[in-house]
Amino acid sequence: MDKAKKFKLFSIRGGVHPEDRKRLSAEQEIEPLPMPPLLHIPLQQHIGAPAEPLVRRGEMVKKGALLARSQGAISAPVHAPTSGRIMGIGGYPAHHASGLSVRTITLKPDGRDEWIDSLDPVAEPFNLAPEEIARRVAEAGIVGMGGATFPSAVKLNLRQRYRLHTLVINGAECEPYLTCDDRLMREQPGQVLDGVRLMARGLGVERVLFAIEDNKPAAQQVMRAAARVYPAVTVVGLPTRYPMGSEKHLVQTLTGRETPARGLTAELGIVVHNVATALAVYEALRHGRPLISRVMTVSGGAIRTPRNLRVPLGTPLSHLIDYCGGFTREPSRLISGGPMMGQPLPSTRVPVVKGSNGLLALTDEEVQGGREMPCIRCASCVQACPCGLVPLEMEAHIRAGSLDSSVRLGLLDCIACGSCAYVCPSHIPLVHCFNYAKGELAARQRAQHKQGETKRLAEARSARMEAAKQAKRAAMLKRKQAQEAKKAPPAEAAPAETTPAENAQAEANP
Amino acid sequence: MTVKSPRSAPYTHARTSIGRTMGLVMLALLPATLFGFYQFGWPAVFLFASTLLAAVLAEALSLRLAGKPPRPFLLDGSALLTGWLLALTLPPWAPWWIGVVGSLLAIIVGKQMFGGIGQNLFNPAMVARVALLISSPLEMTLFTAPAPLFSAQAPGLVESLTITFGNPVGFDAVSSATTLGHFKTELGRGVTLDQAAAGTASLWQLIGGEAAGSLGETSALLILLGGLFLLYKRIITWHIPLAMLGTLALLASLFHLLDPDHYVGPLTHLLSGAAILGAFFIATDLVTSPVSLRGQLLFGAGCGLLVYVTRTWAGYPEGVAFAVMLMNACTPLIDHYLKPRIYGRDRKGEPLSYTEQAEKGGNA
Repeated sequence: MDKAKKFKLFSIRGGVHPEDRKRLSAEQEIEPLPMPPLLHIPLQQHIGAPAEPLVRRGEMVKKGALLARSQGAISAPVHAPTSGRIMGIGGYPAHHASGLSVRTITLKPDGRDEWIDSLDPVAEPFNLAPEEIARRVAEAGIVGMGGATFPSAVKLNLRQRYRLHTLVINGAECEPYLTCDDRLMREQPGQVLDGVRLMARGLGVERVLFAIEDNKPAAQQVMRAAARVYPAVTVVGLPTRYPMGSEKHLVQTLTGRETPARGLTAELGIVVHNVATALAVYEALRHGRPLISRVMTVSGGAIRTPRNLRVPLGTPLSHLIDYCGGFTREPSRLISGGPMMGQPLPSTRVPVVKGSNGLLALTDEEVQGGREMPCIRCASCVQACPCGLVPLEMEAHIRAGSLDSSVRLGLLDCIACGSCAYVCPSHIPLVHCFNYAKGELAARQRAQHKQGETKRLAEARSARMEAAKQAKRAAMLKRKQAQEAKKAPPAEAAPAETTPAENAQAEANP
Repeated sequence: MTVKSPRSAPYTHARTSIGRTMGLVMLALLPATLFGFYQFGWPAVFLFASTLLAAVLAEALSLRLAGKPPRPFLLDGSALLTGWLLALTLPPWAPWWIGVVGSLLAIIVGKQMFGGIGQNLFNPAMVARVALLISSPLEMTLFTAPAPLFSAQAPGLVESLTITFGNPVGFDAVSSATTLGHFKTELGRGVTLDQAAAGTASLWQLIGGEAAGSLGETSALLILLGGLFLLYKRIITWHIPLAMLGTLALLASLFHLLDPDHYVGPLTHLLSGAAILGAFFIATDLVTSPVSLRGQLLFGAGCGLLVYVTRTWAGYPEGVAFAVMLMNACTPLIDHYLKPRIYGRDRKGEPLSYTEQAEKGGNA
């Protein structure tokens, strides 16, 4: 306890204090959500290449069976959340603002919920080699569950490229409304801690800093109690300030060091993982259970009874809303994730995915939309930006269409935390503007790449044609010479005539 | 589901708006303004009302000409605040047309011709004040001694109307120089500081607001309290006021120590004239001051320096308006060169490199 109190913290720049509204759901115990009649399991629920399906329509699968395998270095497999029949593999609206259709496996649960041991658990996972831990984490389909959905095994393997010394567990949960990590820490501290220590072993690090914001005193207390027997694990209380849960700012708070621009925290010897990810690692290594469900907070002013639910992946959101008593009134916004960085949802049909930590139905009063007015240069955004940017200037450059100068001002250093737009008295949608610019830049880059490739291929083709023409000319010349030679000594016959032509052909071809 | 235009997060917002910001600034000005009304009586109230009314009408007219929706822009309170600040810098018994012409200049020339709210380079109230000072030097420098409401020397309601709106022949105003004006004249005549100080308000009178001056520069204490309220409400940061007053005090102390006979001391500089009003309410104008904290420090220090230079060596006894306008002109330059350091990068914008830093001995 003492060591935690004495832990020296460093300050970060900027940040805001949004109303946290966690009380709506903080005291609701995690409940398992009843199985829905149909599950829609997208093949891409992670950053990287989509998984490759291994099942066919009509096939019966058991709970935990591998449905689709990982494709390439950065990818993750997908498993069956329950036993049942595969109804089909095809397009279904994605858990994304666009609502575009993505490849999705539809599974009809058979109600038996029968397990299959797809990953074989070991009695003592601490005896496993670090490589083996990472391999098993990859096999279980575990990705960053704080919302980033980067394959966790890839992060565990950073050990091979960087000299790591510390694992930081991100229990900040700085987004308003969300309480799923808070509940996990309070209800399953032992399991979470076991997963944390397994990840530390997988990374080959000695020290673990378990960081929890001060607005979750109960979670801090139970985690401290659980960690007391492990001297390597220190539970650290963080000041409550958004965006404390941003990986780079969390590391700066704990160590006083900034991650170099466009770099990884691993360059400082630190890897950050989320609380829910730790629990998934525990389930995979201790019990051989792949990642097939997750805990989500369903909250917001328009939800009748806000709850924390353990939800099978692939459950349509409408099922969660119904379970929470439906809407009390028409929500103004339906959000996946927290209100500061969450994504708008196109409909309630879309399924729960590995990165969904919250489903919020917000009312007009909560959204606090206002009429957009001109910038009055009040500099609130400059003071609020945790990255030291000048949002008002970046916005002005983007509106004027000069994207390159906005990049020079630091557009690509923006973490889209939303602090600037949150404080803006003129209600200017700054993050929206930056997202547009980032998207536009990416599109331009793709176009440029395509143009470059087209040019390269066209040049290669004309060079090839030129070479062929040269070769043809050379061959004709040779043939002519051969014919002239034939005229001189008429006795010479066919074999001599074909050979040079064949040679010329062979020369022209490569 | 209601279909809303897709817009990126955040889907929550701090309870801020332009109207709230402007409202808080006006609230901060209220005590000093009310005290000014008390000290200078009905003429001050009439001048104040004409100035604010003209500002709002000028804004409405400009918005109409520009084809902008009048409601949101009029309700944001910015025109009202500009008029208010201008009124505070006028001699309280000035005729009504000073306030009206000033407001027209502030809103139309100072603000709307640049493109409206947020676009102006110079503080509109200061544009108007400087223009008035140059075009109507007599009206702008005729100050009266305070004559508190309901006191014997205070003008009655009808007399007050003639002072503001008519030709004040009947009433004999007790005209009086401002403290800074008095020092300027006396020191200019070769009188030493001690002798000059005898003929003007004491420091206590300056704090309490019992000296001659414009409507808002009288009570240093109430203006300071208003400024601290703005700091507390985080409408402004401490950087500009502290840098401005600090620089002014530093220079005044330095010269006063070098030559106590001819240079006015720091306390007189801080408490008289528009120093505190300027530091908390005028130089900190959001639109025309730099956005970075380092930039604000430089801006404030520049204002302090120019105020001292104008007051001490230039032709005018008071220099806040000139100082602020000159520094306003530097704001784009300051914003260009003094930006905050980006996370993970050094001041030059290169990504941090810990190996190099270790070689240099870790100087961050």
